[in-house]
Amino acid sequence: MTLTTEETTTTDVRVALPPTVKRTGVLPTSGAPLERPTAAAHLSDEQVHQLGAELDAIRDEVLAARGADDAAYIRNMIRLARTLDVGGRIALAFSKTRLGWAIGTGSLALGKVLENMEIGHNVLHGQWDWMRDPDIHSTTWEWDFVAPARGWQHTHNDIHHTWTNVLGKDRDVGYNILRVSDEQPWKPRDVFNPVVNFFLAPTFEWGIASYDLEWDMVKAGVKSKEEFNSDLNALKQKAIRQVLKDYIATPAAGLLAGNSFKRGLAGTVAANMIRNVWSHAVIFCGHFPDGVDVFTEEMIDGETRGDWYIRQMLGSANLSGPKVFHILTGNLSHQIEHHCFPDLPSNRYIEVAPRLREVCERYGLPYVTGPLHTQLFQTWRKICQLALPDENKAETLKETFLPKWMRRKTAVATA
Amino acid sequence: MKSVAMRAASVFTHPAPPHDFLALFNPLSSARQLRGVVTAVRPETAQSTTIAFRPGNGWSPHDAGQWARIGVEIDGVRQWRSYSLSAPAGSDPEITVTACGKVSAHLAHQTRVGDIFFLAPPQGDFVLPTGPRPLLMLTAGSGITPVMSMIRTLVPKRPDADVVLIHSARDRESTLFEGELAELSEQYDGLHVIHRFTSEDGRIDFSDAADLDALCPDWRSRKTYVCGPSEMLDAAEALWTGANLPDTLTVERFATATYAEVDGATGGTVTFEKSDREVEADGTTPLLEVGEEAGVLMPSGCRMGICRTCLTPLLSGQVRDLRTGEINATEGDLIQTCISAAAGNCHLDV
Ligand SMILES: Cc1cc2nc3c(=O)[nH]c(=O)nc-3n(C[C@H](O)[C@H](O)[C@H](O)COP(=O)(O)OP(=O)(O)OC[C@H]3O[C@@H](n4cnc5c(N)ncnc54)[C@H](O)[C@@H]3O)c2cc1C
Ligand code: FES
Repeated sequence: MTLTTEETTTTDVRVALPPTVKRTGVLPTSGAPLERPTAAAHLSDEQVHQLGAELDAIRDEVLAARGADDAAYIRNMIRLARTLDVGGRIALAFSKTRLGWAIGTGSLALGKVLENMEIGHNVLHGQWDWMRDPDIHSTTWEWDFVAPARGWQHTHNDIHHTWTNVLGKDRDVGYNILRVSDEQPWKPRDVFNPVVNFFLAPTFEWGIASYDLEWDMVKAGVKSKEEFNSDLNALKQKAIRQVLKDYIATPAAGLLAGNSFKRGLAGTVAANMIRNVWSHAVIFCGHFPDGVDVFTEEMIDGETRGDWYIRQMLGSANLSGPKVFHILTGNLSHQIEHHCFPDLPSNRYIEVAPRLREVCERYGLPYVTGPLHTQLFQTWRKICQLALPDENKAETLKETFLPKWMRRKTAVATA
Repeated sequence: MKSVAMRAASVFTHPAPPHDFLALFNPLSSARQLRGVVTAVRPETAQSTTIAFRPGNGWSPHDAGQWARIGVEIDGVRQWRSYSLSAPAGSDPEITVTACGKVSAHLAHQTRVGDIFFLAPPQGDFVLPTGPRPLLMLTAGSGITPVMSMIRTLVPKRPDADVVLIHSARDRESTLFEGELAELSEQYDGLHVIHRFTSEDGRIDFSDAADLDALCPDWRSRKTYVCGPSEMLDAAEALWTGANLPDTLTVERFATATYAEVDGATGGTVTFEKSDREVEADGTTPLLEVGEEAGVLMPSGCRMGICRTCLTPLLSGQVRDLRTGEINATEGDLIQTCISAAAGNCHLDV
């Protein structure tokens, strides 16, 4: 059997399409999906229902406890990020020493990390909408990231969080350019997996910007040309302003103080790269380390509230570390908690985590977590391994890549 | 000059407006929300407090009798209520709040100098007539605040003013502005003040003209302003209509319409304002589905309460969160239509 016929006969799980059936409102609390994931197969319908109720109760508790301290937390975080951003740019422009350059770059990078992750990602999730502050709201926030917030909210909040790790639905499973699960059939382009990932890391914001345009959806005829063009326009306008700010205006400000343009440019490029590499690493560790499950569409047919929670828990992985580490990751180190409760304020995940872990233990469910270096190593190992076909590696590679005449030769030689 | 500087600054602050960065130093700076800083807090009675504030850019000076929407943060959540501006026209705004519920109690008892208010510019038609006319002011309780602004504006400046104020309060202790009113009526012939302490003399009976004839015999020839509890306003309206003088009466209502308690299953009429559709909905179908069924272009994403693509402003009425059962009747709040159902009639801005 050749690869091409296989691709045409099975539906391609690597093209994610929007749902054909609309599910609205609250998921049912009773019933069962057609098939439970293996890791949860030992649970009865009643137990799953119970688990759902327990998690709902945890959510309600945190909702009721939200208050002035949480509001102060996010405000302070925003103030800190903005101070670091301004301070970093001023230091880059006006300092004369190497140390000054390093401090400026570091401060700008740190400001960007906080702005992007602990603030931007979480505000755009609506985690702070309850404050009813138009300055910190999911409908008004725009972040210091090339990808326009509205487009990202669609692909991330709507598609990824609803269809977490469902093959053929969640486009975040490999972002259309990587093979991250052995359930995704191998394609010839996957040999470039490690290379693609290596170059994606430092340019992550551009990768996400392109991904949010949903080229694949236009090709599949799901997204109209008009929608695509309007998204592309929004991206162009934003990208121009971002480039102007970081790569022209900020370095040019240094000229005023007699510094070279190159000095400032090196600082802003480095700061953006640091933020990109960091967020790429954290985000990839959220769903791609070992032990994280993927699901099929059949498995979520008839999904109950409890099953939904289970899918979020099995499909996500945490990172362990001290409190500052969690803040630097935008609390995406609490990926499991974030996926179960995407709209709880991020500063609360740290207190929810032990309770969720306890629930997992009690119900015999895995709770994947580990330090960053371990998880990152697993992610990279997986991306490298999946670059090659699963079986008959050498044969398949030869068939795919060697020119016809060489293939015949090898065939003769083996005959 | 300022706008050129702001434009230049915005190159460095994009995508945030420069205001967001200026807010690091100036708490009144915001591109999205008018703010003010509290400059003085004066207790008036045990339950009432006058609060003066200095508004930031975007405020417009008020006319005597107008009111403004004031937002404060309580437990991290912004709460909006309307308050009449009690200061005379032409001076810095002040409000006089009487504690009677969550927000008013917070304002009256917890406000400190330096606190930040969120604001909307003054509005309202409860304002002085354009030409000189004899006036009658009928007020009760905190209903005196807009009238106080009118008296402070008019009486000291116009020698030809002719104002009769009949103010009801439970007793002397809970009467607002008593000292100041006494001084003003002493000093100016144009102001005549009658206090009515309802714990001693009972309420003024508006069911016929007898009480009023006794208090202010020429009330029919005066332009009248009335502000107080709903029953008083309704009765006054009936009296003036009966006397064939409805045009000489101007009414200000403080109470917002209250909604009936509803049980889990009750729905209501849902009005989609922009789309001009009206449909009956039960208390369990998400408003997103109700709208789609009615052919309204509803924004939606996950359809299960995660993504907030469906956020739609609630103009009035009340909705229920299908997950928690909680009722939300906050005007202007953004609701998630995919997990909210009608709980009585409601208007959505879509
Ligand atoms: C034009 C105008 C002028 C007013 N001027 C004054 C004044 O000068 N002095 C004064 O003391 N009061 C004034 N009020 C009344 C004031 O706005 C509040 O209603 C009052 O202080 C009680 O609010 P509370 O939150 O303390 O009471 P609560 O008992 O907590 O609120 C009463 C109920 O009504 C609802 N509610 C009340 N007001 C609003 C609102 N604005 N938006 C949404 N929901 C609301 C609340 O949700 C709650 O269910 C004025 C009202 C109006 C409309
Ligand atoms: S459609 Fe996603 S929250 Fe309502």
